[in-house]
Amino acid sequence: MQDFSQALAVALSMIASLDQGLMRIVGLSLQVSLTAVAAATLIGLPLGAAVAALHFPGRRALAVALNTMMGMPPVVVGLVVYLLLSRSGPFGVLGLLFTPSAMIAAQTVLIVPIIASLARQTVEDLLVEYDDLLRVTGTGPVRRLVTLLSEARWSLFTTVLAGFGRASAEVGAVMIVGGNIEHVTRVMTTAIALETSKGDLPMALGLGLVLLSLSLAINLLASMLKETTARP
Amino acid sequence: MLRRSFVLGCAAAAAVIGLVQGAVPSASLAADRFITVASTTSTEDSGLFGSILPKFTAKTGIEVRVVAKGTGQAIDLAKRGDADVLFVHHKPSEEKFVAEGFSTVRKPVMYNDFVIVGPAVDPAGIKGSKDVAASLGKIAGAKAPFVSRGDDSGTHKAELALWKTASLDPAKADGGWYKSIGQGMGPTLNTAAAMNGYTLTDRGTWLNFKNRGPLTILVEGDKRLFNQYGVMLVNPAKFSHVKATDGQAFVDWLVSAEGQQAIADYKINGEQLFFPNANEPGA
Repeated sequence: MQDFSQALAVALSMIASLDQGLMRIVGLSLQVSLTAVAAATLIGLPLGAAVAALHFPGRRALAVALNTMMGMPPVVVGLVVYLLLSRSGPFGVLGLLFTPSAMIAAQTVLIVPIIASLARQTVEDLLVEYDDLLRVTGTGPVRRLVTLLSEARWSLFTTVLAGFGRASAEVGAVMIVGGNIEHVTRVMTTAIALETSKGDLPMALGLGLVLLSLSLAINLLASMLKETTARP
Repeated sequence: MLRRSFVLGCAAAAAVIGLVQGAVPSASLAADRFITVASTTSTEDSGLFGSILPKFTAKTGIEVRVVAKGTGQAIDLAKRGDADVLFVHHKPSEEKFVAEGFSTVRKPVMYNDFVIVGPAVDPAGIKGSKDVAASLGKIAGAKAPFVSRGDDSGTHKAELALWKTASLDPAKADGGWYKSIGQGMGPTLNTAAAMNGYTLTDRGTWLNFKNRGPLTILVEGDKRLFNQYGVMLVNPAKFSHVKATDGQAFVDWLVSAEGQQAIADYKINGEQLFFPNANEPGA
């Protein structure tokens, strides 16, 4: 039990003192994960809606593929992105390996399937209600997707938050493509892994608590945003 | 109306992201002059880099970005051209790296030593021994749990070589008393502490390690436990993007009198961790 109280003390003192090293790590974590979520949302929502509402060959297969990729281990995503971005890989000339951009790319790849899959289910359910109406009004495919996504927006809110949860919690992908370089690519989860390997378990757990509070803050902010904007 | 508020929400979310982006000093802007060094967990986890790198950066203005992996992985990373400098500890692998043309010259930098740590109750009865081969034999004889890195790191390779000097093949007992966990030094020590096991560790990581539990140093001082570090600039002829000038500056600094002194000055609780020996022939 002593470990846990020690960890709590570490977490509180770090938050209270606004420890500069910590702030930097927290800032980078937010920057990477929020950007990845934004990118994955822009790709995943239209993709999911298209699979649900449009008829094209390979649609079922794509749905199954997206569902399968939801379970992709982050370390595998990290490895694939690493091999692509490595100097010996096809995108090596960009020199993106071990930068925050590489981490954003990896997390985006990781969560696009999650957002797309959940969005597909949501839109499919909604379609039961709206299909006739959309058919009667004879709207084109783009208009159709926009209408459905717009109608499903509050359910999709949770979808996006699920994506954020996955992005901010994973360590395998960012560890490989970021390299956990101090001041450059060290984020909350890789810092926790590092402190664990130094045997400083209270510090590691303390960082874990900070990460959890951060996630809480984001979710509170999101739900407040939802409350205020949902009112007509 | 609904749609407008939704758009507003999206705009707000975008604004938050924008704010975060602006608030974080972009890494690429913060340092336009940097080199990437592939190195080992022992140099990072022991705190050595945290102590000496600021001195180098203050002198030259070159930021050093360290990617700390096991020696095997660090070498692989450098071979792909993903680092400017390689700084590891397994001389045969380093010489192979040079022989294959990935670097033109390897320079010895410093050494520390390995120690065998284990539970203070010491079921194998090896405490105080100066003979590492005999000690490993006793551990195997007692079938006492031994935790191996198993990750192709320098320490792992050194461990395998030591079993060989004891004429033992621990792989036969894999999954039994010999546990190969495929992880870094820290997690390996965490595991050994949790299962009252023995393990081989570099002294630097051990001194800086906090979660020791029942573990203590049992065997040290055998010449075969010597652990040499070497540094190499990745060959710019092989990879044109390698920052040859700045990378070479780092290599030169490490083996210079100033760099060697910085290494010697790094101590934990008054104990020196690494012993500079750049000028020792054959090191």
